[in-house]
Amino acid sequence: MEVLIYLVPLALGLGLVGLAAFMWALKSGQFEDLDGAAWRAIGDEDEAPRPPTDGDGPRAPPH
Amino acid sequence: MTRDYSHFIRHLDGGRARMELAVDGITCGGCMSRIERSLRAVPHVTHARVNFADRRVAVEWVDGALDPERVIDRLAELGYRAHPFEVARAEDESAREARLLLRCLAVAAFAAMNIMLLSVSVWSGHVTDMTPEQRDFFHWLSALIALPAAAYAGRPFFRSALGALRQGRLNMDVPITVGIVLALGMSVVETLNHAPHAYFDSAVMLIAFLLAGRFLDQNMRRRTQTAAANLAALKAETAVKFVSAEEIREVPIEAIRPGDLVLVRPGERIAVDGVVVEGRSDVDQSLVTGETAHVAAAKGTPVYAGTLNVSGTLRVRVGAARGTLLDEIMRLLDRATEARTRYLRLSDRASQLYAPVVHLTALFTLLGWAAAGASWHDAIVTAIAVLIITCPCALGLAIPAVQVVASGALFRAGILLNAGDAIERLADADTIVFDKTGTLTLPEPAVVNATEVPADVLALAGRLALSSRHPLAAALARAANATAPIDGAIEQPGEGVQATIDGVSVRLGKPSFCGALAEAAAMAAATPDASLIAFARGQTRHVFAVRQQLRADATAVVADLQAQGYRVEILSGDRASAVEPIARALGVAAHRAGVTPAEKIARVAELRQQGRNVVMVGDGLNDAPALAAANVSISPVTAVHLTQAAADAVFLGQQLAPVAAALVIARRAKRIMRENLWLAVVYNAIAVPVAILGYATPLIAALAMSGSSILVTANALRAHASKGT
Repeated sequence: MEVLIYLVPLALGLGLVGLAAFMWALKSGQFEDLDGAAWRAIGDEDEAPRPPTDGDGPRAPPH
Repeated sequence: MTRDYSHFIRHLDGGRARMELAVDGITCGGCMSRIERSLRAVPHVTHARVNFADRRVAVEWVDGALDPERVIDRLAELGYRAHPFEVARAEDESAREARLLLRCLAVAAFAAMNIMLLSVSVWSGHVTDMTPEQRDFFHWLSALIALPAAAYAGRPFFRSALGALRQGRLNMDVPITVGIVLALGMSVVETLNHAPHAYFDSAVMLIAFLLAGRFLDQNMRRRTQTAAANLAALKAETAVKFVSAEEIREVPIEAIRPGDLVLVRPGERIAVDGVVVEGRSDVDQSLVTGETAHVAAAKGTPVYAGTLNVSGTLRVRVGAARGTLLDEIMRLLDRATEARTRYLRLSDRASQLYAPVVHLTALFTLLGWAAAGASWHDAIVTAIAVLIITCPCALGLAIPAVQVVASGALFRAGILLNAGDAIERLADADTIVFDKTGTLTLPEPAVVNATEVPADVLALAGRLALSSRHPLAAALARAANATAPIDGAIEQPGEGVQATIDGVSVRLGKPSFCGALAEAAAMAAATPDASLIAFARGQTRHVFAVRQQLRADATAVVADLQAQGYRVEILSGDRASAVEPIARALGVAAHRAGVTPAEKIARVAELRQQGRNVVMVGDGLNDAPALAAANVSISPVTAVHLTQAAADAVFLGQQLAPVAAALVIARRAKRIMRENLWLAVVYNAIAVPVAILGYATPLIAALAMSGSSILVTANALRAHASKGT
């Protein structure tokens, strides 16, 4: 039963990490637009805004 | 003239400016990426992000480098109507409330899951070889998680319960708070005494279930508020303000202050309440008084927001109107709002009955066991177990869950709720009082005989009408779906528009201007209550009759309501000759014309005195007091601000059907709320005897609690369907 000494804190710690992650996500506005997030996931766009010089040139083929 | 959007722009640190826009027409994910890509391609725009759930776009740019109008123009080119908006205080607050509930829910759910992990070990330990020391250790661990979690996540309930008690009322949160506090307190004492049972899991699980219901409820309300704010923003109400003696600028209505001088051109809606200081015109006050005949306005005449300036240019001093219709209506509205009895919601009524019964049962359990010779400790533990098992988990969810599902159904049917208890009040209604103008009829007049005129004539007349700002011309242009104005068309103020096409003269305007007096006389005889506009091309003459038209489905909806047993009445501020044909067409026997705002209230009060539950449906400023005086009220989204604020719900679109749908959905929702309350009663009838006899172990409490919550939530989902019985 000595195993409890580290298993219980481990279980609680993992739970707290999950909770902290959720709080961070909430604070950073990840839950502001749930419907939009669903669409963004399947969008084929690059999310990052492109630098202004890029845009007309064709993409380099993958090597 | 450029528009002034400075009112809506926030200046951020780092030399950037930010504006939020409500956008009409975002329907799918494709729209999102199209808008974001196009806006980011506009020079100096640093950030553009669509919020799909709220149908809004946030744009940031280098401050001073970009005219915000370019953003709106760019969206218009893409086919989206957009307008900046100001976040209302109420909306801001409910967003904060929703975030708080979500944080509490996360903490409670985390705690509930971890405690359950420990509890399951303890429960299985009872039948295996767990030592009492290990059990105590697990109980202490549970306490370590449960106490801070409950203190944090239970705040919404504790606060609401304290608030109610301070006002000397009982609400659902009072028994909830009592149950949670006692369950936690007893569990701590039991753990100290090395007892086998602790109820930390039940207490925290209860908090988590109830928070889930509350969060969904809050979220639904926020969605409604957002949609309403977008609609208000997209109306894009502006006024032309004199910024100096000579100079004018178009500014959003939010930036207008009392004392400002505004210019109102013919064909424009007057956006403010005020007094005419210069100019002469006819004003269409139908949106305000229900009267469709025009009123003459000259220096000193009070004018109201929402009215339409028909013929001449006016200068209006804002907010200076005294002793006018507006004052009278504000006085009546205040009195009606004061006299309004607070509606006792079903959940409050249930908890007023429920809390004393439960608390008395617990007390009798305590006394009963003590009298039967049990130790005080055992008697108290059993009594608290009764409280825990009856703690209204199902009851606390029974009504909010239905509320959420029903407001969702209403939202899809085109009804936005202003008041939280409107669903229950709608369900009780048995009498419907309609205003006529703008409610049974469409707010904009329409051409009656568009189909009787050759299509090419209608198209040409519509194109010519685009060159005039007269409301009759606007109606004609709408009827013809005209988009291309005719080059070289000249408007002769007060007469009409003329142009020359391929050497043939075409004219649109007064019958005398077009030489169509004979045709106009014939048309006037056929449709006596319509306004006429004539069209002439060469020697051919046509006369169009324009008047307020019934909403397309008004007849069917009114007939349907009457068939369902509702008493339907029409109370209109318009003259009898305009009301009677409409009442006849709708088959409504009870109708009154020329009714003043005070008389509308009086009639509503009279109906209520007869024991009727009145729904008032109206849009005019003159309806606002009656809306507040009725049991429940609905107004169309085109109604003036004051009226919409007085109404419990707002319906969208050109049809009257949402009103009927609202009644159906509300009735079904209330029936399901009652069913849920009965389910909770049945659950208690089974669980309470078990608890009184002392068999309510934490395992049984946990099973009973989640079982009953799932049952009422599943039943609430039946309120989802928007059609059928």
